[in-house]
Amino acid sequence: MAILIDEHTRVITQGITGRTGKFHTRLSQEYASSCMVGGVHPRKRGQTVLDLPVFGTVAEARAATGASASVIYVPPPAAADAIIEAIDSEMELIVCITEGIPTLDMLKVSAALRKSSSRLIGPNCPGVISPGRCRIGIMPGYVHKQGCIGIISRSGTLTYEAVWQTSNSGLGQSTCIGIGGDPIIGTDFVALLELFEQDPETKGIVLIGEIGGEDEIVAARYIKDSVSKPVVGFIAGKTAPRGKVMGHAGAVVSGGKGGAEEKMEALATAGVQVAKSPAEIGALMAQALSS
Amino acid sequence: MNMHEYQAKELLRHNGVPVPVGYPAFSATEAEFAMLRLPSETAVVKAQIHAGGRGKAGGVKLVQSLQECRAVAESLLGKTLVTPQTGSEGKVVNRLYVEETASIDKEFYLALLLDRSLPAVTIVASTQGGMDIEEVAAKTPEQIIKVPIDCSIGLKDFYSHRLSIALGLQGTVHEPQFHTLLQQLYSVFFKYDLSLLEINPLAISGDKLIVLDSKLTADNNATYRQQALQSLRDFAEEDARELEAAKFGLSYICLAGNIGCLVNGAGLAMATMDIVKHYGGRPSNFLDIGGGANADQIKQAVRIVLQDQSVQAIFINIFGGIVRCDLVADGLITTVKDLGCKVPIVVRLEGTNVDAARDLLKQSDLSFTIANDMADGAQKVVAAASKAL
Repeated sequence: MAILIDEHTRVITQGITGRTGKFHTRLSQEYASSCMVGGVHPRKRGQTVLDLPVFGTVAEARAATGASASVIYVPPPAAADAIIEAIDSEMELIVCITEGIPTLDMLKVSAALRKSSSRLIGPNCPGVISPGRCRIGIMPGYVHKQGCIGIISRSGTLTYEAVWQTSNSGLGQSTCIGIGGDPIIGTDFVALLELFEQDPETKGIVLIGEIGGEDEIVAARYIKDSVSKPVVGFIAGKTAPRGKVMGHAGAVVSGGKGGAEEKMEALATAGVQVAKSPAEIGALMAQALSS
Repeated sequence: MNMHEYQAKELLRHNGVPVPVGYPAFSATEAEFAMLRLPSETAVVKAQIHAGGRGKAGGVKLVQSLQECRAVAESLLGKTLVTPQTGSEGKVVNRLYVEETASIDKEFYLALLLDRSLPAVTIVASTQGGMDIEEVAAKTPEQIIKVPIDCSIGLKDFYSHRLSIALGLQGTVHEPQFHTLLQQLYSVFFKYDLSLLEINPLAISGDKLIVLDSKLTADNNATYRQQALQSLRDFAEEDARELEAAKFGLSYICLAGNIGCLVNGAGLAMATMDIVKHYGGRPSNFLDIGGGANADQIKQAVRIVLQDQSVQAIFINIFGGIVRCDLVADGLITTVKDLGCKVPIVVRLEGTNVDAARDLLKQSDLSFTIANDMADGAQKVVAAASKAL
């Protein structure tokens, strides 16, 4: 199993002709050759990129390829539009990698999303990978290993760190999702915790949060009530000064809210093994599964 | 980005919002001239810095005459104001705002902000105007009303009615003005891509409603389409090293420690600071060189970290991923040679060709300390920094 994506997932790339879009579509082809089936560019319809057909619209690409997922590498000024187009074309899964989308544009995306059945991952995220099956996004494939840990994170490279640790300890991952570092994102921790809880292949869950917002607090409440599998958590930004935006647009402690300690405490109260140092994540997970 | 009070008010005035008459001043003479042009006999001289709590710190003064205005302006300009929001080092006053005085009958708090959890632009209001709103929220949360606006229908009248009832304005002479004000603020919020528009206090002065103080914060992600706002940036208010780093696409924040951190990715950069602290060290900065980690960015990053004289050791933590580690190592060796770096550098690299990268670092005649993982690196850099003391 795994969640969200597997070897049967068919993906199109919005922004396939750009440098990043093209590069990572190629890496995804190398990772799982049959998953990538086409691309979209409104003015490059009819071209071929990486042996894939380029369509003018998402609807056209979907009809021709049967793809149910879309990955977006469109630059910030046009990215919200690209997401809304994918929603309008009823793509089941939309993964937006783009960093720097204006927040008020994301507000409109979020309104469109509520009226649809599409799921958006991101923006400002590394994407989704089900190791050995399908890679959608920009993560390095080789650090992953097919296995039994589900990973949900607001970060990119910090996620790879946790992935690497669980790969080295032999556990591997069922699916890893970077949900994004922006103030408004498509999918929060809770929705994915629910999917991992139901997924028989997933034996344990790693949750990596950071300062800013209250998603981790909401997740802690959900874990307490509805998650039976062991969860290991880490919150980045304990040493971050208040009021400063720490790289991710959403990572800021403002109005006295969203601090790391408060989140760690909420997670610990919910029975989550909270790692004091990011280097402990893998070991804590191994320990939780063996006990 | 943040802007000064006088800039925020100018922008609000331009959009029809009732704000008192006032003029910015960069010298004592300008302040006097500004007061001369005011319709009121008395004036308020306000220090313009990007921080709240100015009143209590002595940055806002009522003046009765031109002579007094001049004297106050002279004493404020060049002075360092320390408020709860500036940190202990304070902020130097380079600009003043001279504003007409108004009689105040009642004060409210009013703000438009983004509630991330909904998500929605939310109007927050309270009858406890002029107070620190965080304090009101903590002590008497029932005195704060929050009205989230559904952006697909916009600010409909029923939202305004909800707010005027909560503030006791319903049926008063001020109610129509309040409803107009809400519409104006809502459109300003979207027009300029704001993330915060705070008015504290909003005052009743006779039969008028007037914005006495305001704070605007704009979304940095929307800079590309808000060029007009860029001219309002006051670079003197920003950290010079942070600005320089931004030029190279680096996200840098200066802190008070002695261990320089250089990391790819924001989450990993925060986690690196955390782990340094966990092992008893004090990070001197947050630095995210971007997920990709290219050679030029590493070079600029090392240079910027070294500009901080308090740095006694550097921890470079790169999870290369797709980037080849041997290329990162190669760039690092060149950089350290070019810059003649004297402080110890602990390097933790992970990713493709990591063994080749470690060999390169070891073979170089520079004294890199190689770390096996993040925890090992943090311990080694803390040890190196304490030895340097």
